[in-house]
Amino acid sequence: MMLRFSFPRWWAVLIWLVVPAAGVAAGPEGPVRASWTLPVAELPRIRGVGECDLSAAPDRMFGVAPGSGGRAFSPRPESAGARSTAPAAGRGSHWRRLWRLEDYNTRIVLLGTGLLGLASGVIGSFTLLRRRALVGDALSHAMLPGLAIAFLLAVGWGHSGRSLPLLLSGAAVSGLLGMAVILLIRHGTRLHEDTALGIVLGVFFGAGVALLGVVQQMPAGHAAGLEDFIFGKTASMVARDAWLIGAVAFGGLLICLLLFKELRLLSFDDQYARAKGFPVVALDVLLIGLVVLVTIVGLQAVGLVLMIALLIIPAAAARFWTERMDRMTGLAAGIGAFSSLMGASLSALFPQLPSGATIVLVAAGLFFGSMLLAPSRGVLARVLRRRRLERMFARQHLLRALDASRARHGAAGWSVTFETLLAARSWSARSLRRELRRARRAGWVERRPGDGWCLTPAGASRAARLTREHRLWELYLLTHADVAAGRVDHRAEMIEEVLDPQTLQRLEAMLAEELGAVPEDSVPPGPLGAVESPRADGGA
Amino acid sequence: MAWAAGWNWQLDGWIVVAGVLCAVAAALLGNFLVLRKMSMLGDAISHGVLPGLAAAFFLTGSRSSLPMFLGAVLFGVLTAVMTQWIRDLGRVDEGAALGVTFTALFALGLVMIVRAADRVQLDPGCVLYGALELTPLDRWDLAGWEIPRVVVVLGVVLMLNLVFVTLLYKELKLCSFDPALATTSGFHAGLLHYLLMSLVAVTAVASFESVGNILVVAMFIVPPATAALLTDRLGRMIVWSAVLAALSAVLGHIGALAVPEWFGYRSTTTSGMMAFAAGGFFLLAALFAPRYGWVARTLRQHQWAWRVLAEDVIAVMYRWDEREPGGAVRRSRLQKQLVTGSFALRVVLIWQRLRGRMRLEAGGYCLTERGIRYGRGLVRSHRLWEQYLVSAAGVPLERLHEEAERLEHFTGEALRQRLVQATNAPRRDPHGTPIPPES
Repeated sequence: MMLRFSFPRWWAVLIWLVVPAAGVAAGPEGPVRASWTLPVAELPRIRGVGECDLSAAPDRMFGVAPGSGGRAFSPRPESAGARSTAPAAGRGSHWRRLWRLEDYNTRIVLLGTGLLGLASGVIGSFTLLRRRALVGDALSHAMLPGLAIAFLLAVGWGHSGRSLPLLLSGAAVSGLLGMAVILLIRHGTRLHEDTALGIVLGVFFGAGVALLGVVQQMPAGHAAGLEDFIFGKTASMVARDAWLIGAVAFGGLLICLLLFKELRLLSFDDQYARAKGFPVVALDVLLIGLVVLVTIVGLQAVGLVLMIALLIIPAAAARFWTERMDRMTGLAAGIGAFSSLMGASLSALFPQLPSGATIVLVAAGLFFGSMLLAPSRGVLARVLRRRRLERMFARQHLLRALDASRARHGAAGWSVTFETLLAARSWSARSLRRELRRARRAGWVERRPGDGWCLTPAGASRAARLTREHRLWELYLLTHADVAAGRVDHRAEMIEEVLDPQTLQRLEAMLAEELGAVPEDSVPPGPLGAVESPRADGGA
Repeated sequence: MAWAAGWNWQLDGWIVVAGVLCAVAAALLGNFLVLRKMSMLGDAISHGVLPGLAAAFFLTGSRSSLPMFLGAVLFGVLTAVMTQWIRDLGRVDEGAALGVTFTALFALGLVMIVRAADRVQLDPGCVLYGALELTPLDRWDLAGWEIPRVVVVLGVVLMLNLVFVTLLYKELKLCSFDPALATTSGFHAGLLHYLLMSLVAVTAVASFESVGNILVVAMFIVPPATAALLTDRLGRMIVWSAVLAALSAVLGHIGALAVPEWFGYRSTTTSGMMAFAAGGFFLLAALFAPRYGWVARTLRQHQWAWRVLAEDVIAVMYRWDEREPGGAVRRSRLQKQLVTGSFALRVVLIWQRLRGRMRLEAGGYCLTERGIRYGRGLVRSHRLWEQYLVSAAGVPLERLHEEAERLEHFTGEALRQRLVQATNAPRRDPHGTPIPPES
């Protein structure tokens, strides 16, 4: 039943992911042998980027690591010999080679980052809706002490200290501990979630830096390269990393798919989920466990800031486009994968574009594009909607003001000056002039000689109808105030569209009673006289 | 104690001074960040300033401090503004808006720096991750005093923050607790907000240029959060946070020197240990704070349960004593009657013996004279309530006992007197049992 969940938009992404996957599976000696590397490889090494000692690990966490910052792709050692054959061809050939995925290294990086973007987009959707967008930030910082302790323990027991599973499990334990502390602070004290996140981030990271100060003093050789395991090396991502990311991404996606209904309920309304008997705490821990998992493999592959960005930006961008959770999740996965692929490709094509940062910038571009252009939640759409509404109200105000003036002075040879009209309502001369211009274009008003304005027959009948409807709304609000608020639809021009016929008939009868049966198109000032009810005006 | 022997006032003294200045300056502003639920802003700003640094470098072509500082502050404020802008315009959750802003700005800065790296050695790490240990080496000569540059800069920032908080204390308070009221009472809440954001950016930039990013992020939040657990008043919270921040800085440096020694290593990073020390204070406060600490709250929650159990024991024994005077009661029988855990009952019985209300004899527990008097009061309350509930409130007989059982624990002698008046001084309760006299 839950597998009803389908992602039509995924197909484009999947094709892109399957191709490099096939290439990676085939290995370096696969069908398209890597005889070519990207010219970026010739980039001079950047100080503080390539060859940091461990004391620079915190800098690396801030993304100056090779992964999130430093170099773009560089060749793997085994293809180093091929570097000399790097073609002097123009950019066009680079494009072709990139898109045809001829380079083994490119295939790995694309596969790894693409899968990472996909998984973190899906998981990020749930954390975003759970209002825990910054959890990834706090957790990824909280992993540092566990990592350092794992390293110290490993060395203490006489191992090399560089064993990946040990380091990763240290980071995972520390991340989960950080999460437990966040939940404890939030539920056990009167502090808010953001403060809890900040405390864990600051204190854990501080402890981690202090521990790194000790790790640095380990006998030389032990610590070297520790940071490479953890703080990102997109450029030198190897097939094993890509498969690790792939496995985690697949597992995470499977869990999200199977528990989609439960996670959705948790994200939207945990109180309701609790009342319905869902294991809310267990689900919360599961969701956070997924964040920890994807952060660990991501940190190790691409660096800290990129990981935080991938968990937040795609989901936030997808949120603009839809109100449905399944679509949002699929879209977030698509945006995450697309920006990863796009960023990694751009970084491969242009020298001096660090891959991690480029991925973030592509994702941010998509976010701002979505924020501006999305159909119903986008900024532009909302501005336009508001503008349309304001215009409608202004038009109605003008017609009703003219109608009221006409009713006071009698129909024959009537006209009203601009100044009188200006004084009738609280509008500026500029907006009144604009509205008059628009109404004249619509054929509702015309200008009499001697600076007078009057209604055309078409305008008069429209104005009369508006006035009548306005009066009916007032009556409705006066008599049915208990139910009215929910029924008043300011956008409906016609009262008939909103109210049922019986009510309308009753209201008409009441109106007729008050006025003494007057024909529909010439209603004189009603029971409220010149006083306008802002409510029936639509609050304009 | 090797660290104490190696203490050098010229070096360690200045390091501690710089740490304290930074910690207090950050904590002063942090109070308002914590109250306004913007705790993560410090972290975001410290990432968001990167393009400012790069842009300053591109524009001036030098690595001198002032343009870098200005650029960083500008982008720090921009981070805050952009976050708000995304949140309001795009109706995005605050945390997500923050995350989008700072990661995007950081990535932008990174690209700029990598482009610059061709021509110059610009190491972002050295800006983002300062080295507190190097503080005393770079000195300025001020009126004959050799003062480290960092100390001067942080001192100025601290004074700035202090003036801001004291001069605008009332306004800040109002804005933090009720921004709507602040706006209606006529001053610009938005203006104050941006002023606060600018100072946060200035503090963050000045601090992590010298003492490191971790310390400032931690000090913005941890000491104020600790202070929030200690007091309900804003003034005291600010003072507490400043004191705690200074203490964590001092303790952090000592810890950085001393703790690794225990394990046979040399000293470690001071700023990391300062953050860790602040975390230690927070843990202590979360556990032992007088009102909001875990211990106090747990005790408060259980206080009533213990009191009710203690009184129930006496009341039950009094009733048994009524039926067969002088009989001793075994603990197992009490436990069965009261349906309670054996540990809790044991504790309560010991307590009642200490209060002199019962004694342990060969056959079991007996009420003392004092215990009988206490029990009589309880049982009298119980039965008076039953009578009152029947005569005045018309509660059906089968529900009487439950109600009275609850009410007896809240009834003193004065209330019993009024119950007697309201029920015309009855001799027996509705079940026909005699009501014991007041003793």
